[in-house]
Amino acid sequence: MEFRFEIEGGNFSKAGTASSEVKKILKQLNVDPKIIKRTVVSLYEAEVNVVAHAYEGEMNVEIIPDKVSVTIQDKGPGIPDIDQAMQEGYSTATPKVREMGFGAGMGLPNIKKNSDQLNISSKVNVGTIVEIVNYLK
Amino acid sequence: MVKVADIVNKLNARIVCGKCDLDRKLEFGFASDLMSDVLTIDTENLLLITGMNNLQTIRTSEMLDISHIIFVRDKKASKEMQELACEHGIALLECGYSMFRACAALNELGLKPVY
Ligand SMILES: Nc1ncnc2c1ncn2[C@@H]1O[C@H](COP(=O)(O)OP(=O)(O)O)[C@@H](O)[C@H]1O
Ligand SMILES: [Mg+2]
Repeated sequence: MEFRFEIEGGNFSKAGTASSEVKKILKQLNVDPKIIKRTVVSLYEAEVNVVAHAYEGEMNVEIIPDKVSVTIQDKGPGIPDIDQAMQEGYSTATPKVREMGFGAGMGLPNIKKNSDQLNISSKVNVGTIVEIVNYLK
Repeated sequence: MVKVADIVNKLNARIVCGKCDLDRKLEFGFASDLMSDVLTIDTENLLLITGMNNLQTIRTSEMLDISHIIFVRDKKASKEMQELACEHGIALLECGYSMFRACAALNELGLKPVY
């Protein structure tokens, strides 16, 4: 099964709608709730990152019986140093993002913790691609 | 385990979102205004205590299967927040206490810390 959702940069009132749809689908497929939680927390962190740091993006989801693979791809400033961005506490979030309750620099480490595979690639001034794979069994 | 009804009484709280089962029991509490923090928590039967009243508080709770949120410092849940919470079966409470006072009272009731 494949699904595609759009993500609007800067629009915090819609942040999380894509992850929410994926959660609904995984629930319908009777996936173990613990695996659903790990997966949607990862997706939500990545979705919020697009809203907080990029201009626009999309989430592409592929579900096969034993795994869910998700690509969150955006047009945005990109990440110059991915190792640095992965460090807990590192954040370039604006005051507006912090006011929303995000921007503590804990998102990428949290995605790492909640995913079985994580791959990030990025080009400065072009955008970022975050690939997350979780096994469903 | 602490009954939701006891929480409502002790904190002088208002139930703002419909289907709130007052007999439901909660075991843990986690207090933060920072959703980044909340998203690192993986605990069932948890009450979220927060002063952050925006849609992302509800979204964060949805992702984590948090069933009950209490807003402190007299923060109000907007209509949109209430609708989203209802859609996902999340009960919303509001109280006028400060975060510290609310947490102290909840601790007295026996709600446990996550760490
Ligand atoms: N999609 C993205 N586009 C551009 N920069 C990003 C993106 N995702 C993450 N980053 C960069 O990595 C940093 C760390 O991300 P994260 O750990 O999620 O923390 P936070 O979002 O709280 O800042 C961000 O502050 C930002 O500089
Ligand atoms: Mg983030």
